[in-house]
Amino acid sequence: MTKLERNDRLIRISLLMVAFSAVSVLAIITIFIFEQGTPIMFKYGVRSFLLGGDWYPSEKSFGLLPMIAGSLMVTFGALIAGVPLGLASAIFLTEFSHRRLTRILKPVIELLAGIPSVVYGFLGLMFLVPFIRENFGGPGLSVLAASIILGIMILPTVISIAIDSIRAVPDSYREGSIALGATKWQTVRMVVLPAARSGIIAGIILGMGRAIGETMAVIMIAGNAADIPGSILQPVRTLTSNIALEMAYASGEHREALFATGVILFIIIMILNTIANLTSARQKR
Amino acid sequence: MSKLRAISAGLCLLLSFLLFSCRSDRSASEIIVAGSTSVQPFADKWAEVFMEKRYGVVVNIQGGGSSAGIQAVRTGAANIGMSSRELKEDEKDLNEIEVARDGLAIVVHPENVLGNMTIDQVRSIFSGEITNWKTLNGADKNITVVVREEGSGTRGAFQEMVMGKTRISKRAIVQDSNGTVREIVSRDPNAVGFISLGLVNEKVKAIALDGIFPSEESILGKKYRLVRPFLFLTRGEPHGLVKEFIDFVLSEEIQTLMPKEGLIPVSPGRGRS
Repeated sequence: MTKLERNDRLIRISLLMVAFSAVSVLAIITIFIFEQGTPIMFKYGVRSFLLGGDWYPSEKSFGLLPMIAGSLMVTFGALIAGVPLGLASAIFLTEFSHRRLTRILKPVIELLAGIPSVVYGFLGLMFLVPFIRENFGGPGLSVLAASIILGIMILPTVISIAIDSIRAVPDSYREGSIALGATKWQTVRMVVLPAARSGIIAGIILGMGRAIGETMAVIMIAGNAADIPGSILQPVRTLTSNIALEMAYASGEHREALFATGVILFIIIMILNTIANLTSARQKR
Repeated sequence: MSKLRAISAGLCLLLSFLLFSCRSDRSASEIIVAGSTSVQPFADKWAEVFMEKRYGVVVNIQGGGSSAGIQAVRTGAANIGMSSRELKEDEKDLNEIEVARDGLAIVVHPENVLGNMTIDQVRSIFSGEITNWKTLNGADKNITVVVREEGSGTRGAFQEMVMGKTRISKRAIVQDSNGTVREIVSRDPNAVGFISLGLVNEKVKAIALDGIFPSEESILGKKYRLVRPFLFLTRGEPHGLVKEFIDFVLSEEIQTLMPKEGLIPVSPGRGRS
């Protein structure tokens, strides 16, 4: 074996080890969360965790339903706020805007993703929360505030993936549609969007993942009441906030219940990611 | 290759040396103080000043909560336990030294017309039984209740001293620090919350309870009810470095600093022992 070959093999082995270490970190995290979180779920019953409405850890009452509902509500709200806006921006930037304008706007939109979430939370607390309290009533810290801020936070994900998938639609489709006498808008609506559909959906699901996993901004503006909100003007607590809020002082079963919260969050996010992978795989085919 | 081996061997040696030196440090010149997370930030400061004066001495402050602190001092895992609640009957075997007191203030927005409440009214508000300020002859507005998260010492003290067996409403807004509770109460005209007395400032209004306004005098005079002790606990009479540290915290130097940090001092000699 020459020296060159030996070096080659050494590098290959070390790269393989690096690749495996990334996977093993994921494996360790998974095992750790489940190992810490599942015993208490089985002790008190999975049902009481998933369907219990009372979260009073000091009284051994560990109902996570308000937090599951809360996470789903703010995530759904974020989609309502963010998806139409994101999709409209993507259509404009790919089909209608001047090429030079797109070249400026797209990086600016992607910059949104670089703003730390605590800044979004702070802005929400300073401007959005008082605005909601004064104009719509309630404490201001609410489902609505969290949904709007999360809607803005998922914009970069939704927009950039939608742009990529709209661009991936072959120009021959557009030319064919216009040759048949369709207007530009008709072409976009009836030809381009359906052709780009699975990519757009994958982007939305990734945005959803971002919204459901967001913690800091949500803690600051959602109010964190462990109760299923009766209206969008009422406070709400998500699964992630539940963990972050109470981790500091939790001990014993309380701490285990927070890991159980993590288990449920983990499962929800895994489901979302699988769906996203499946839809984008379908598009490639 | 041999170079690599030499380097890794060197690293191993260095690492084991570091580990060894860490272990050998645990000698008579270190004390461990563990317990209440409410006392912890203050104890950290006291320990810092103490360590500056007594060079070479290490005072290790750990959290864990009052119950964990009591357990730790009992098993000998800690030299001093910190508790921010009174000892229960079966914990009285420990030697307790009160080093400070902390008042709990019920705070509202400065524009709130109310200035006084009974403890029963406070309990009804936080349990969610009273939901409108109108019931207390205030404005016809829904009350925004702000509390601390489960597990926090401040919430525990409030639960014990005000709520008793009654549950805090799950509709209440939850914040994870005294500071953010104060921030929200200062911004929402309909809000009410509870915070450490030392953190009350001009942005919020403290409410008198049963006619008694929370202040250093009313607490020292044992008139204001929402007061919790900050206790240091030892197994048997303190001696050596442990005694030195406790005496230091009880000394005039530290006690006179306490009001600045928001605590009520126990004047020297008044500490129970």
